Amino acid sequence: MSDKFRKTLLTIIFIGFLFVVAWLADTYLDEYVMRVVRTGLVYITAAVSYNLINGIAGQFSLGPNGFMALGGYMVALLMLPLEQKEFVWFLQPLIWPFRVFSFAKPFFPLAVALGGVAGALGALVVGVPSLRLRGDYLAIATFGFSQIIIVLANNLIPVTNGALGIKGIPEYANVYQCLAWAIVTVLVISNLANSSYGRAMKSIRDDEVAAEAMGIPIFKHKLLAFVVSGFFAGVAGGLMASLITTVSPSFFSFSMTFNLLIIIVLGGLGSITGSTITAFGFTIVSEALRFVESPIDIGPIHIPGISGMRMLVFSLLLVLLMIFCRRGLFGQKEISWDYVLSRFGNCSQGVRTCPQKTEQS
Amino acid sequence: MSSENGAILALDRVSVSFGGLLAVSDFDFTIRKGELVGLIGPNGAGKTTVFNIITGQYEPVSGKVFFRGQDITGWRPDRVTRAGIARTFQNMRLFEDLTVLDNVLVAQHCRLRSSMLAAALNLPSYVKEEGLARQKAMKVLDRVGLAELAHTQAGSLPYGQQRRVEIARALATDPEVLLLDEPAAGMNPEETARLMEFICRVRDEFGLTILLIEHDMKLVMGICERIRVIDYGMSIAEGTPLEIQGNPKVISAYLGEEGNGYA
Amino acid sequence: MSLGSLYALLAIGYTMVYGILRFINFAHSDIFMVGAYSAFFFIVIFNIPWPLAAALAVCFTALVGMTIDRVAYRPVRDAPRISALITAVGVSSFIENLGLVTVGARPKAFESPQFMSRVFHIGSVTITGVAIWVPIITFGLLAVMIYIVYRTKIGMAMRSVSTDIEATRLMGVDVDKVISYTFALGSALAAAGGILWACKYPKITPLMGVYPGWKAFTAAVVGGIGSIPGAMIGGFIIGLIEVMTVAVSPNLSGYRDGVVFLVLVVFLLVRPTGILGETLKEKV
Repeated sequence: MSDKFRKTLLTIIFIGFLFVVAWLADTYLDEYVMRVVRTGLVYITAAVSYNLINGIAGQFSLGPNGFMALGGYMVALLMLPLEQKEFVWFLQPLIWPFRVFSFAKPFFPLAVALGGVAGALGALVVGVPSLRLRGDYLAIATFGFSQIIIVLANNLIPVTNGALGIKGIPEYANVYQCLAWAIVTVLVISNLANSSYGRAMKSIRDDEVAAEAMGIPIFKHKLLAFVVSGFFAGVAGGLMASLITTVSPSFFSFSMTFNLLIIIVLGGLGSITGSTITAFGFTIVSEALRFVESPIDIGPIHIPGISGMRMLVFSLLLVLLMIFCRRGLFGQKEISWDYVLSRFGNCSQGVRTCPQKTEQS
Repeated sequence: MSSENGAILALDRVSVSFGGLLAVSDFDFTIRKGELVGLIGPNGAGKTTVFNIITGQYEPVSGKVFFRGQDITGWRPDRVTRAGIARTFQNMRLFEDLTVLDNVLVAQHCRLRSSMLAAALNLPSYVKEEGLARQKAMKVLDRVGLAELAHTQAGSLPYGQQRRVEIARALATDPEVLLLDEPAAGMNPEETARLMEFICRVRDEFGLTILLIEHDMKLVMGICERIRVIDYGMSIAEGTPLEIQGNPKVISAYLGEEGNGYA
Repeated sequence: MSLGSLYALLAIGYTMVYGILRFINFAHSDIFMVGAYSAFFFIVIFNIPWPLAAALAVCFTALVGMTIDRVAYRPVRDAPRISALITAVGVSSFIENLGLVTVGARPKAFESPQFMSRVFHIGSVTITGVAIWVPIITFGLLAVMIYIVYRTKIGMAMRSVSTDIEATRLMGVDVDKVISYTFALGSALAAAGGILWACKYPKITPLMGVYPGWKAFTAAVVGGIGSIPGAMIGGFIIGLIEVMTVAVSPNLSGYRDGVVFLVLVVFLLVRPTGILGETLKEKV
């Protein structure tokens, strides 16, 4: 009891610490940097949820962008002020009931949660038929479905305003909201991954036939992982919508999935710690590399920007990773309090040679 | 085919084919509660196929499988395991990336009552169940002598120990019937002797019914009360070890196969 | 008709690689693009006459395809399937972005040769040279393909590898070479498809292969992935579906791509082996 209590206490303290850091950053750093931080936090939510289905359950899905879109549009439709709705939907009016009501600011977390629900429902609809497939076929099916979602977003003008997208979403996704959701995502998915259900999912990843022989209903567990993953993808999409204040079908294109894929592969398929770190890191590096894409003026020398360079570097990185270092940074390992404490000589458990199980990350 | 004569597992004229080839045909088999039965035959005779039919990996094209009087034909493997039939695999299918303890814990997942939500939120009800499951898993590991290796990665263990994990896993599902597929494969005589003793002990302590496939005749003749012989997917003999040893049909079936140094 | 045959050309590449390696080459659509661009550069920069430029482009692209296999796919051939898939996705993105970085996103105008752009009038109907020549050339290429696969030794080797790779290896066949050859052949066809596509739709961009690629892949699935005749049939079916969707209602043209994805998804779920494929059972 005491050990568990101590770890729970440590986690609570750590979370408090994170919020203090967030407050300091918010107060002293400029707008642009905070934007990157918030984006990074949202990417953590998206990446960790993607790792649940790809890394922990081992089911290769190429569809998170679709579920993020569902969440993003849900939040947009809920939070956009009524006057803005009239303005945006000038070709065809927005469907009922969204036409007649909007959430006020305090309900933003609810809107995001509903975005998650939208993502989860989408995942249910996609997952039930698709998860009967394996490997390549599952990947293609999920890709196909997410493309269908994007096509629908492009064409269902009374709902999504089509290719023009929705502008003017109130920017309620401040650093505290983003941090809170990131923490919730990491905690929930960590708990799940370390629980019996997580073990069941990992066993399905390792050997489906054996898992089934051990009494585990395979399809049900795959679907559970997929739907939970869809929920948090929807949450991430919803936060994104409020962060960049616009949503459009092109924003949720396959590139989003591709970025998430790089993130979780780099961090280690199956490692929540890894995904958290690489998600944040990727956002920062991606921002930094923006420099390469825009023109640089060094004195009299003008270097024209090379657009597409960022993605080129990232794709190369992905290919090299797969060839040389498939396990990524963390493999399937996590950082746990045991590891941290033993490193600093506090823990009675002693030093283990490699970080093993995790309770909270 | 109910539990009138104490039959806990019954196969009724079961047949299965692969791409036109009849792997098992018209196979009848009855096992009574508490028995220790052996299923032997030359390589490729269809023994593992029979196992796969019982546990649901293959669905027979004809015939039925009964467990405790209930028709379980066509049930998916997870449902069969939850009903109380556990198995090991000939080629060993451990979860290599997981620890030994986790392998055994996975086997207990099917008995878990807590919902996923309770697990995700780490509710006290779940925590309690998890604690009990761990205790039980450690006990099972202790029984097979692997308690110290609980936190080792299963894939890194030597072959003999992996075999024991495989058996521990099957035991952890709380079965009534245990199907062992070549449990002694790759073992030296000393290990085999210990395995023989272990199987008998486990049968008595857990109150199990055991059906085993084996090529090691010393083991089969040593502990099985009854033996069924199969060749080319069909039954060719059944009886006590003594009867089987003297059966000419059995001998000729095996003599058709080379390199079997145990007959 | 011409659309369908273009999809067929591309679909064969997907199906061949899958038949042999049980692997979906996501980058195949980008090979298609490389074919078109290399022809473009041979014509524009080196001023090589069209037929020769096309031939050179096809050879060059075949080489590119083989190189990708050698460099990126072979190292992960023994890895879990997900790894190979991820690698393919990475390679595809790499080629697309390489294109974006080197030649830019702005479309380039592709010059099709005289015989393509000539316009015929038959009664009141106007037909461009493209509509006539593309199917003809495609059929010609398909005929060559069929000849190679069913009549030559290397074709037999390819079919053998696709049936049982281990057995073929045991027979002393250099499986790696056969695989390389498969990639070369598939890439060559894709290149031809790319060049012909550019004749039909003269604006080429680095991302031109993305949607045609998915449609061709759908065609391969519909026809039965792993089956070359299936890919051909599938190509025509998908081409037909696409044209019909727009013909039925102009309002639906935005859904054109969506319909093809819908077909893909439906086939994967209902009949993953396609029209001509066979089912496999997993042995425990």
